[in-house]
Order: sequence, then C-alpha cells, then structure tokens
Amino acid sequence: MSWKARKEHVERVERVERVEREDLVMFINACFACTRQQEFYSTSESQAITIEFLHEYILGNYRRLYARTLAGGINHFNQALIALNLLQVGAPNNGADRREEGALIAGALKRLPPQRVFSLFATLRERRVNNRRTRATIRKYLSERKDPIFDAIKYRGKVRAASAHAHLKLPGELGAFLFDLKKQARFNTDLLERFRQAHYSKEAVYTLPFTVAEGLAEKHGVPRDEFLARIADKMTMGEKLRVQKSAARSGATTPSVDFSRIPLTKLALYILAQSIAQRRERCAEFSAAMREAAARTLRRAPLRLGRVATVLDSSYSSAGSSEKRRRPLGVALAASFLLGEASQAYRAFWSPHVGDDILVRAKGQTNLATPLLDALDWAPDLIVIISDGFENDPPLGAAEVARKYRRDLDPKGRVEIVHMNPVFDAENYAPRAIGAAIPTVGVRDAEDIPTMLGFARFASGSAPLGELEAYLALRVQDLLKGAA
Amino acid sequence: MAKSRAQSKTVTALALRGLSFAPSQSWGGVRLVPLLREEVRDDLRLTKREYTADVMAVDVGNAAHWSFVPHGIVAEWSTDGTPIVPFGTQVRHRDGKHVQTSAGMVQLAHRMVRREEPTRLRFLPLHLAMEGYLAHFFGGPEIAWGEYSKGAISTGLSPRVETSVSGAGLPGLSDALRIFEIHEGQVGILLYVGGALGAAFVVPHPEDYRALHTSLIEDFYGELLVYYGLQATAERMECALPETKVSSLGQLRGELSAMRAAWATFQEEMGHRLLERELTAQVVYSFGPFSMQHFSTDLRLKEENHLGEVIMHDDGTLQYLKTYRLSAAQARRAYLLKMLAACHWNIEATARSLGQSNDEFVLRLDKAGFDYLLKEHVLAAARRHKRNER
Repeated sequence: MSWKARKEHVERVERVERVEREDLVMFINACFACTRQQEFYSTSESQAITIEFLHEYILGNYRRLYARTLAGGINHFNQALIALNLLQVGAPNNGADRREEGALIAGALKRLPPQRVFSLFATLRERRVNNRRTRATIRKYLSERKDPIFDAIKYRGKVRAASAHAHLKLPGELGAFLFDLKKQARFNTDLLERFRQAHYSKEAVYTLPFTVAEGLAEKHGVPRDEFLARIADKMTMGEKLRVQKSAARSGATTPSVDFSRIPLTKLALYILAQSIAQRRERCAEFSAAMREAAARTLRRAPLRLGRVATVLDSSYSSAGSSEKRRRPLGVALAASFLLGEASQAYRAFWSPHVGDDILVRAKGQTNLATPLLDALDWAPDLIVIISDGFENDPPLGAAEVARKYRRDLDPKGRVEIVHMNPVFDAENYAPRAIGAAIPTVGVRDAEDIPTMLGFARFASGSAPLGELEAYLALRVQDLLKGAA
Repeated sequence: MAKSRAQSKTVTALALRGLSFAPSQSWGGVRLVPLLREEVRDDLRLTKREYTADVMAVDVGNAAHWSFVPHGIVAEWSTDGTPIVPFGTQVRHRDGKHVQTSAGMVQLAHRMVRREEPTRLRFLPLHLAMEGYLAHFFGGPEIAWGEYSKGAISTGLSPRVETSVSGAGLPGLSDALRIFEIHEGQVGILLYVGGALGAAFVVPHPEDYRALHTSLIEDFYGELLVYYGLQATAERMECALPETKVSSLGQLRGELSAMRAAWATFQEEMGHRLLERELTAQVVYSFGPFSMQHFSTDLRLKEENHLGEVIMHDDGTLQYLKTYRLSAAQARRAYLLKMLAACHWNIEATARSLGQSNDEFVLRLDKAGFDYLLKEHVLAAARRHKRNER
C-alpha cells in the first residue's frame, strides 16, 4: 500500500468512526428524552415518526450497539421499543451476540414496570411476532415474576393474551382462572377465590387491588366516596397520588399520601399541579419532602459534587403539552433539589426569577443569557442548564455568551457547563442544543442526572468512539450482574 | 364645537410612545415582536366578549354591515383615575337580537360602537376601521357623469365588499401564537408574515393582553398575508456578539445589553414603515380622557398601506391599536376611487391627473374590478380602441 493510499485509508476509517459516534450519541440522547408523546413545540405524530425512524436506522446499521443501549440508562419507553424491535427481527446468527442480546432483553424487562412489559407483549401479539426467542422471553419473564397469582388478577387480560401467545403451560389453577373463569365453582387459591367472589359480593371487592376493584365496585353500584374510603389500604402510592384531585372533587376523603415513598420527579410534578395558594401554604412541608426525596435518590445513586450552579428555565414552554403536563418544569424543580443535596455549595438561577423554588410557574419568555452570566459570576465548578433549548430573549443569547466565555475567558474548561434537555425536538432528531459550546443531553427524570453527567462528555464530541463503546460495555456488565 | 375639539386631537403619525420592543419570536414564516409598556394605566381596561352567532348584521345608520364577528371588545374606564377591575365575561351581556335563519344564527348588533353604561363601551375590533375604509372610498359618484352605469349612480358602489381572511387561514399563525411566550409587562405585538408587517395590536394593560392574545387568531387579516405566509421561509433573527476579545464577565454582560439595545432599535425601524407614515384619522368616539379614532395611511401604490383604529389618551399615549394591512389589489381600488373622488368623479379629469389617456384609465378601472360602474358601451369602446392599436 502506498503512502497516499494508506493516508486515505486512515482518513476513511476516521470518518466512519466519527459518523458512527455521532449516530450513536444522537440515538442515545433521543432515547433519554423522547417518549413519542406530544411536546410543547411538536405533535405526537412527528415525535412518533422521528423516534421510530431512529430506532430502525440504528438497528439496521449497528445492531450490537443498539442492543447494548438497553443498558445505557435510557427511559422506559425506549427500552420497551428496543426490546420489541429486537424480538421482531429475530435472533442474530452469532452465538455470543445471541446470548448477550437475550440476556439484555431479559434484564431490561425485569427492571421495567410490569404494565409496560405486558403492553409490549400485547404489541408482539398484535404484530404476530411469535418466533422462538419471543416465546422464550415471555416464558422467562412470567416464570420469574414474584407473584404470578397477583399478576393474573391485576393484569388478567394481558397475562392471558401473553400466555396464549407464548403457548405456556400454566401452573395450578391459573389456567382455569385465565381461560375458563365462568365455569369455576370455586378456587383453592385464596386471591383467585376472592376475585371470583367479588363478582357477587360487595365486601370481597375491597380485598382486591385498586384498579381491579374499581370496575367491580362500579358494577355493584358502590358510591365513589364510600369506595375510596374503604379501598385506601389496597392502593399503591402512585394511585393515591393520582386520585387526589378527583377524590376531592367528588367529595370523598382524599387518601393520605406518604411523600417518603414517591420518587423525586413524580413528587415535583405533583407539587406543581397544586394551586399557588396551596403551595404557598404548604411550602415548608413540600420543600422538606423534596429534600428528603432527593436524599433518597442519592442514596441509591451516590453523587458528590463541589460548587454547583443551575440555570433553570421556567418560561411558558416549560408547561409541556397535554400529554406531558409541566414535565420540563418538574424536571427542573427536581434537578434543583437533587443537585442542591449532592453539592457542597449550590445556587439556582431561574429564568424568569422566582421567590421560592416551590412557587415556580411556567410563565414568560426564555432568557437564558442573563442567568448564565449570573451563574458564571458566582464562579462554580459545574453549571447545569435545564431548558428545552428554545431561547428567545434573545435567540442564541446564552449560546453566544457560552461561546465567547469558552473562547476568551475559560479556554481550558475550568468551569464545566452541561445542558440537560427534557424535551425531544422531533425536527432535529435530538434534544435542541444551546449552541456548540455547551454539550446537550436528553433527560427524562431528574433521577437520571448522575447518568447524564457521565454521558455528557460523549455529547460534547470530545471522547472517541472507543470510549463510548467501553462505557456501554461497562453498563451492560452492570445490568447483567444486577439481573443475574 | 365638540367636533372641532375632537378634530384637533386626531393622530397624524403613530408614535409608539411609552412602548418598548423586546426580541422577536419566530415560528416558520411568522415573526411576533412583543411590545412592552413601561407605565401601565389602571383606569382603562379592555375585555373580550364572545359572540356565537354565525353572522352579524351591524346597523350603521342607513345600511347594515354584514360580517362574521367572533368577538367584540368591551372598554371600561374610570372617571377619577382609580384602578378598574374588569368584569370580564362573568356578566353575560347580550348584544341585540339573535335571529335564526336558514343560513345560520344571525345576530343583530346595534352600531359599531355602543355605550352600554356610563363608563363602558362595546366595539367590534377592526370593523370600525373597515367600515371607515369602505365608507370613505366606496361612496360612489356624486355627479352623474354620462359614463357611469345607472346602478352606480343610484346605489353607489354596491355591494361594498372587501374580503379578508381569518387568522386561522394564515399558514403558521395558530402555532406561532400558541407557542409564543408572553413577556412580563407585555401589552402588544407586531405581527410579521414573511418579513412584512401584517398587523399591530396594542392594549392598555398587560393582563388584558394576556386575555386577548389568543383572540388574534379570530381576527381578520389582509389576504396578502396568506400568500406571504405560503411563500415564507423560516426567518430567525439571532443574537451575534462581536468577535472582539473580552477580558471579563462584566464586559461580556455589557456586550449582551448593547446587543439588546441595538436590536430594539432595529425592530423599531422595521415597524417604522407603518409608524412613520402620514395618517388620515377621524375621531369616532370620545369618552373621558380617551378618544377612539380610525385611521388609514395615505395611499401609496408601491408601498404598504394599513388602516386601523386607536384609542388615545389626551396626553398622547397610545392605549389601544389594531391595524389591518390592505392587499395590493385593495390599495389599488382605494387609490383609484380616491383619485376619482378628488376629481369629482370626472373620468377625463382623473385620467389626465394620472397622466393616462381616457381609454387607458377606463381599462384600468375595468382591471381593478370596477367594470360594473361604467356603462357597457364606454367599456366596449375602450376595449375596441385598444385592439385597433395593435
């Protein structure tokens, strides 16, 4: 090979590597933020087209990395979509790849909320995907569930569909329960018997899980307030949170919520759904609950930071959409508490400025440049910007400030600036960035921030492909170890 | 006497006194420039009143003005300067009668502007300006010159019709309004479609603006904007700081505020094409220290022509503004009628004043859509002469 040909070959390899790295970063970033739901700036249709295309493109070109993304800390929606796509195309020929993919899918499903997994199975059935690996995956998942009887009660239709689809042999009375319920005079299994009785007895209704009992109570004509008062013990924390407002409307006593069992971002969204008057009244209580939730998150994913500033966007667009109500604002609020707990010194710079964090509202224009300058003035080690990236007062203001700051005042990168974006911009196939000087990562929940901070160096384009692959491989090991 | 007092106060040029510009927000071909008010008055408030009828017939004296009116605006003021709490829409107030016809519900409204209480006024946004425009330019010949058709002489230019488009028909406007982020203290907006100023809207109080922002989609706009909107490409005005090296954060902050100031000036200049034109205005209503007027820019064929309505305070501050941009064809028609009126509807004299021959001017009227004004044989003769020339 001549010198010239060798040089060309090296250049080509570098180019291919760069394209591969950019594709992957774009895909993982999309998987952090996108949930195919409507956003403030784009419809659910355009979100669906974009994210489905990205999945197909990465699966077609980089199958191994596509599967490994399952371990990358991406959101539930995308984990389920990757599992679906992988099962749909069938197992790879290479034995090692096949084993790794199978283990990744099983590991990911095990960590997903069951309702999401069951609806994934339903989609597989709908699309008539019934290869050997699909059946084995369903069988393995169902056999490893802690309480199959409870699942059969709570997700009866979905479990029945999945069992039929995967040709399962069901243990004990489950087969009769799922497929031949009406002919059964009684069950020996307690929970199944209670479910049968609840069709005839009002009392038995209260021994079932809330979502199942709800329909049966309706059938017996039980008034809503009486039902809510008696079923309170059987509700999950999420369900209690969900019925707060409707219970108050129907005049029922609202089930008491234990803030210490609600995840950080969910709690932030709950607080933001309260009226300003209520938030002002219970400000101290809410703040304490948020701090506690942040501390709990950090116990699970430890993060120690030095001097940290946040630039938080509470402009009108952070109100999100009807499908993701106030999520951008909720993520910003949760992030503020999380980073406050994780750092030695912390300051939040809201745009527009608010009094107490708890009283924040989605209102007004997006001015990121001024709070960014304020944050830089405070001389932190790390600045985290949480915004949808649509700056308008002025457009590109923060981008220009960051560019000149990096170029003239801090070329060595003493102050790290990371932009975390809870909104996926369907038109650009990525969360919208604030200029080239600030790396942008997508974020779904504030709980993911430790992962995002780790991923940010890939988003900035400074790390080579090899490192990204090593990073993913490490996360794959962690996932498989956790699943085993 | 009262009239002469009112005459002396009419606007001659639109100075956006007391208003400042904030950076614009674009979406597709639509760009919205927020206008902020530094000193907010509390003694004049505007609220929206929804109308549900399909068509509204507004009695304007000797004729009725038929129109689709999605909402009216109610102005309330105090006589002693005390702040007003707008009653909004809690008090359902019915305007005139509703009549069910085969074509849909028709509402009969009494006049364009109507005083409902000593300190409350209901008016139909832009209809005032539109009516003023139609009445002003579409009066019809006052001397029965031989060339005019019988109909033109007996009924004037009838029906006096101009078409407009609803905001919902403007490409991209609904999205642009939905995602627009309203500034703190914002009282108005300039609407650009494809780089051209389409409409200006200003109200007295930021809360009124917040409530009326979405009503912009229900307003009517010149059809020109539809074509501009279809052709427009995304237009963004982005911040660019100078390439000079900075040595401190303070300097960077200074550059940013200098950029903001430069931008405000630039946007102000963009708006000047409307704002610095000479206006002809007429006071239609005076109440307390305020006067409501409709105006139009002097008609120039090659330039933008707007008409609109304002409420001015006696101290010269602009409290309410709404404008409508005439399309080129509308401006052409108005221009021809204005020239005709200036020459007492004498066709020969008008042609001379425009430097055209008689036939050329007749054909020009024909092209502008005024063929029904002229007798058939006059038109036929002009067309024949044109053919023979070739």
